Amino acid sequence: MNKIISLICGIIFGIGLTVSQMIDPAKVLGFLNIFGEWDPSLAFVMIGALIISSPFFHLFKNNKKPIFADKFSYSNNKEINKKLIVGSSLFGGGWGLAGLCPGPAIASLALLNLNSVSFVIFMFVGFYLVKLSDLTTQAR
Amino acid sequence: MNIVNFTPISAFLGGSLIGLAVVIFFVFNGRLIGISGIASNFLTSKDNRFDNFLFLIGLIIGPIVYKIFSQQEINITISNSFYLLAVAGLLVGAGTRIGGGCTSGHSISGIGRFSLRSIVATITFMIVGILTVLVKNLI
Repeated sequence: MNKIISLICGIIFGIGLTVSQMIDPAKVLGFLNIFGEWDPSLAFVMIGALIISSPFFHLFKNNKKPIFADKFSYSNNKEINKKLIVGSSLFGGGWGLAGLCPGPAIASLALLNLNSVSFVIFMFVGFYLVKLSDLTTQAR
Repeated sequence: MNIVNFTPISAFLGGSLIGLAVVIFFVFNGRLIGISGIASNFLTSKDNRFDNFLFLIGLIIGPIVYKIFSQQEINITISNSFYLLAVAGLLVGAGTRIGGGCTSGHSISGIGRFSLRSIVATITFMIVGILTVLVKNLI
């Protein structure tokens, strides 16, 4: 059952990115262009998503188990450290360059756009490089 | 500052759908949606690999479903520069893994749980994103 849920959630998320036009890098770059021609739409995407999701997190956080899984499994990392700031800054730089973050980049593969494909391939290389360096650090 | 292309209603509706996906994934599967986490775990970890794969496939099917039902073309404007896309892709991939999340994981799943860590991450990547666009427009 949780396999079907995963697929359905992916589809709903992808439709949400399309309806909100966040799938379009130009729209995201418009949001980041505060000092120029500013498009505040992305803020409303976040507000919509938070209004729906936040109450449920608080309603269900004391539940012992989710409906189709044995337990809740997510990181409850609270640490605010150099890694968080450095990583988020690197991400912000890439986001500002292309106007793409992971969700919209993967969803835009549906449009068979070669530029999206290039971005996604390099994004996966980035994931892999960090995994590699984590493994080397652990091995030391 | 000059406000242009503002589409608050479709943004809010699309955002609500994203929120709905986050809620269903949490309540039924007990997991939080963070696309960078799901995508990189699909690549590097055996845990939940098939679930992650199905989610990513769904993410690609989503726009196609939208297109079929709305009968509208989805137009995007994306950079043509291979080098820019390569550098941006690497930064987004590595940065989200070092910082433990992206716009979905930190800005929605994290902030929704009132996580201070995610609020700090979101403010950081928004400031750097805004500065990057500012510098890019100056060049």
